[in-house]
Amino acid sequence: MNASISVLLFGITRDITGQSAVSVPLSDGNRVGDLLQRLQQQYPRLSDIRSLLVAVNGEYADSDTVINSKDEVALIPPVSGG
Amino acid sequence: MIAITTDPIDVASALKLLQADEAGAIDLFLGVVRDKTQERSVDHLEYEAYDRMAISEMRKIVDEANRRWKLLRCVVIHRKGTLRIGEIAVLIGVATPHRADAFDATRYVIDTIKQTVPIWKKEIFSDGEVWVNATP
Repeated sequence: MNASISVLLFGITRDITGQSAVSVPLSDGNRVGDLLQRLQQQYPRLSDIRSLLVAVNGEYADSDTVINSKDEVALIPPVSGG
Repeated sequence: MIAITTDPIDVASALKLLQADEAGAIDLFLGVVRDKTQERSVDHLEYEAYDRMAISEMRKIVDEANRRWKLLRCVVIHRKGTLRIGEIAVLIGVATPHRADAFDATRYVIDTIKQTVPIWKKEIFSDGEVWVNATP
């Protein structure tokens, strides 16, 4: 089954893509690492960022975390609060 | 109390929330927008947050501080939106029976917020702009 997932974007990732969310095609069993790779192919300038993490349902996720179509997924560039 | 707000941070109200009869020490840390980063003159900062996750990450930090130091009260307020020089970006307040714990807990909370909480700031200069920490 193929679906797509909307990925929330913040900070520099929003500026690079020009959007606050992008839709990424998703196949069964796709992992966080696959998603990052696909986004970096689509938007090569994402590779310029010092580090790029992914949050799934509001929690930091490892690159081997499996993504489901109902998950809330977000790209987390280096944080700079405070 | 843990909050993200677009309104100016009210220090007096935060202090009221920290007062407790058993508190012998109340520490307040204010993170403030400063001029001059690497000799460039800052016009203003733009803060943005992934609100839902920022709140839950700040909750984790306060819970851990509570485990380590037994806080009587703790207040964390982070502002987002447009901030000008001199404005308060973040307030950390901690009340404990004795001062050593208040100092340690306050430092732990602000240091960890800067490492893990999904909040971002962009510095806007007269001649350009940059997302802080984003690129090498």
